[in-house]
Amino acid sequence: MENLEIILPEIFLSLTIMFLLLFGVFKKNSSKLIYNLTTLSLIILFALLLNLYQVSDLSIFNNSYKVDSLATFMKLLTIGSGIFVMLTCSKYIEINNINKMEYPILILSSILGMMVMISSNDLIVFYMGLELQSLALYVLASFNRENILSTESGLKYFVLSALSSGLLLYGCSLIYGFSGSTNFNTILENSSSGQYGITFGIVFVLVGLAFKISAVPFHMWAPDVYQGSPTSVTTFFAVLPKIAALSVFIRFLYVPFAEMNDQWQMIIIFLSIASMIFGAVAAIGQKNLKRLIAYSSIGHMGYALTGLAAGTNQGIQGSISYIAIYLVMNLAFFSCMFMLRRNNEYYESIEDLSGLSKNHPLLSFSLLIILFSLAGIPPLAGFFAKFYVFMAVIEQKMYFLAIVGLLSTVIAAFYYLRIIKIIYFDKEKEKFETDHHLGLKFTLAVSTIFILAYFIYPSGLTEIVSKINII
Amino acid sequence: MDFPIISSLIILPTIGALFILFTKSSNSKYQSSKYVALFISLANFILSIYLWLIFDKSSINFQFVENREWLSGFINYKVGVDGISILFILLTTFITPICIISVISTIEHRLKDFLIAILILETLMIGVFCSLDLIIFYLFFEGGLIPMFLIIGIWGGERRVYSAFKFFLYTLLGSVLMLIAIISIYWISGTTDVEKLYEIGIGEQYQKLLWLAFFSSFAVKTPMWPVHTWLPDAHVEAPTAGSVLLAAILLKMAGYGFIRFSVGLFPIASEYFVPLVFALSLIAIIYTSLVALMQEDMKKLIAYSSVAHMGFVTLGIFTMTQQGIEGSIFQMISHGLVSAALFLSVGVVYDRNHTRLIKKYGGLVTVMPKYGIVFMIFALGSLGLPGTSGFIGEFLILMGTFKKSFLVATIASLGVILGAAYMLWMYKRVVFGEIIHEEIKSMKDLKKFELLILILLAIPIIFFGFYPEPLINSVETSVTSLIDNYNSNLTQSIVKK
Repeated sequence: MENLEIILPEIFLSLTIMFLLLFGVFKKNSSKLIYNLTTLSLIILFALLLNLYQVSDLSIFNNSYKVDSLATFMKLLTIGSGIFVMLTCSKYIEINNINKMEYPILILSSILGMMVMISSNDLIVFYMGLELQSLALYVLASFNRENILSTESGLKYFVLSALSSGLLLYGCSLIYGFSGSTNFNTILENSSSGQYGITFGIVFVLVGLAFKISAVPFHMWAPDVYQGSPTSVTTFFAVLPKIAALSVFIRFLYVPFAEMNDQWQMIIIFLSIASMIFGAVAAIGQKNLKRLIAYSSIGHMGYALTGLAAGTNQGIQGSISYIAIYLVMNLAFFSCMFMLRRNNEYYESIEDLSGLSKNHPLLSFSLLIILFSLAGIPPLAGFFAKFYVFMAVIEQKMYFLAIVGLLSTVIAAFYYLRIIKIIYFDKEKEKFETDHHLGLKFTLAVSTIFILAYFIYPSGLTEIVSKINII
Repeated sequence: MDFPIISSLIILPTIGALFILFTKSSNSKYQSSKYVALFISLANFILSIYLWLIFDKSSINFQFVENREWLSGFINYKVGVDGISILFILLTTFITPICIISVISTIEHRLKDFLIAILILETLMIGVFCSLDLIIFYLFFEGGLIPMFLIIGIWGGERRVYSAFKFFLYTLLGSVLMLIAIISIYWISGTTDVEKLYEIGIGEQYQKLLWLAFFSSFAVKTPMWPVHTWLPDAHVEAPTAGSVLLAAILLKMAGYGFIRFSVGLFPIASEYFVPLVFALSLIAIIYTSLVALMQEDMKKLIAYSSVAHMGFVTLGIFTMTQQGIEGSIFQMISHGLVSAALFLSVGVVYDRNHTRLIKKYGGLVTVMPKYGIVFMIFALGSLGLPGTSGFIGEFLILMGTFKKSFLVATIASLGVILGAAYMLWMYKRVVFGEIIHEEIKSMKDLKKFELLILILLAIPIIFFGFYPEPLINSVETSVTSLIDNYNSNLTQSIVKK
């Protein structure tokens, strides 16, 4: 029984979901209250997880559920960004009339799924978490059901995601068939690199996972879903599922198949190079900010995978730092998007930013910082993210990957610069409203200051991350 | 030294910038911002003068070194100065107040933002010149792109967007390769601390590739032929103060980088690539001088002359002789002053007549006699007339080059003649001759502040032309130790073979 306390956060979250669901059913017009309760429960969850942080390397349920430093850190990232997503979106969902009581509950279930994914040390547990997460996301994507784009994106996401889940399951069954177990540690003992069945299994599972983090060539859903979903859901999409999927990537590749890295390394390198180049090139022609950020996130996932390709602890830590900094930049960017509001309508085309710096100097300054950081220009946080990753890659003498990666940052810099150009160099348009609620302002301020001042004390993050040793 | 004087130099302009950022912009004339900016930049200048005075010129070590833990154990924040870098710091802190004076009297459009950009840029530039860790150097080196991009893009001329993009992407492309090289150095040598790297050296087998990676970045920033094309565009479209900063300080970062890193860290590769650098420098000197001859736009002409002058600088550095390197450093300082002054002079007539085309002028001397005189000093300084600082630099460089190769020096000397040709021809067409255009007649002579900043620039140009000792004296020991280190590395590698 004493082990139960380490899955206390998950238990707490499940109970909260059930309670809020019942509460919402029996009490009419309580959506606002439920929204706030959700935020509160996320904060409590964060505190519970912090409390767990000292616990290291425990596994329960017959070694199928792991609570180690990787899991706790990734969960903290997930919940932390979940809190900020909730803080930024409250006004948006009100104005767009999607403040139904199901909305926050779906977000919570999706987060529960992610937590299970992050901790999973077993193919079945991992698949359960993945499906719980995805099912909630399908509904969230089409939540604005009167909007044709939103329904389309939900359906598209559902169909493609189901296909990838199918591939993933097929891969799992191959691995099970050839190693005789679904537990990651047992697979490690039973498998040897000579078995082609296992290699095929790895490939199929990687395809499924690559789909979840929208790595090229499994990225097709991302632009449409990002654009079609309500912006509040896009914010969620752009950040949280990536954290969960990345941690599964790490655990799946480095626990059971660490010794077979010659088999999967090429795949990861290909995924990351293709994503980096495609993300950079395809974003150039975009006119919609959400679509642009979809392509940019494809590129960023390429960089995060680059770290995994290195095959070392340093590389894993680089990827984790990358995703941590990436999520702050994305939260900041979406907070800026929520500020582009005029007469209860949100604007999301790049042209709407034209001449923003005239009327909204502080907002444009934040956007400037965020965009330069996304482009990876020092001394902003985005540079350090890339720096950690390439540090690990070059340690392994993978110069080709490093050169391709850094050259694609130059291409990517072009489209970020284009937005800056529109904000700062072009003629101004009508003013946007400036009466934003506190949560949004707070998120933007915190994230921008983090990005801007990261270079003053960069060891903070590296020290936390350096405790995560998987290999 | 307990007082962190270098860090204060770096941080002070940023504090000023923050100050300006948070002052109320309701005052339409930004009086307080102007005074804050001017005060901060002057304070920084005085601080750097003080640094120069207490600097021990006879020591070969880095001085005022600050070493703090920064990135959990593996990279330290390390800054310090030697005889070479202190001159560039002085140049930076001297040019910045001049830019600020010129900006606050000529620009009204978003003045506050401009002042912030200049001050941030000053922080980054000083950081470049005194960082003693490659990663820290890279942070400052690349960070300069952001304010410069905005300066060109917001306050530039018609094609400002095009040139801002060109500037940014060209320099970024060059620099990412350098980043790869820096990280490789970390894994090869286990440190990015420049002082330690000087001691332990870098394996011979890696040097050539690393040198090329650094070169790709510095060549774009210098700029060397054939990657110089961003410079004329950036200059023409940048506002006067932007051009001044670009020509006077930003271009010097690459020259400084060549001395500190390319020559200092990769002596064997440097020796190997000398012919390449010589060839590119000679092409730069001759070709861009010829191009400058044909320019119709004054700013473009000065921009091309900058490329030619930087060609002399790279030539001088890679002669690896005492005279050559000292001459290069001197030439960089001198070019910083002269080109700043020339761009300001063009700015003066541009503010009055709103054109930079040479053919739109002529006969300025009759309406603007004072302008004629100061402009003459700078034109002569640029072409290297004895008695101006330009002469000393070019003379020393050519002297160093003659030691190394007679042919190269002869061709380079041709560049001096071409330099005289395009400068004097432009001067003749702008200042002398009959007044053809009516609008010239109504042009007023220099205002007080214009005269003030131009004279402030003329004084060191003439002073160092007659008495170069203070500058040469300050770099001498550092250059000697650099060359000793270089030669001992070369002999070691020959002995090994």
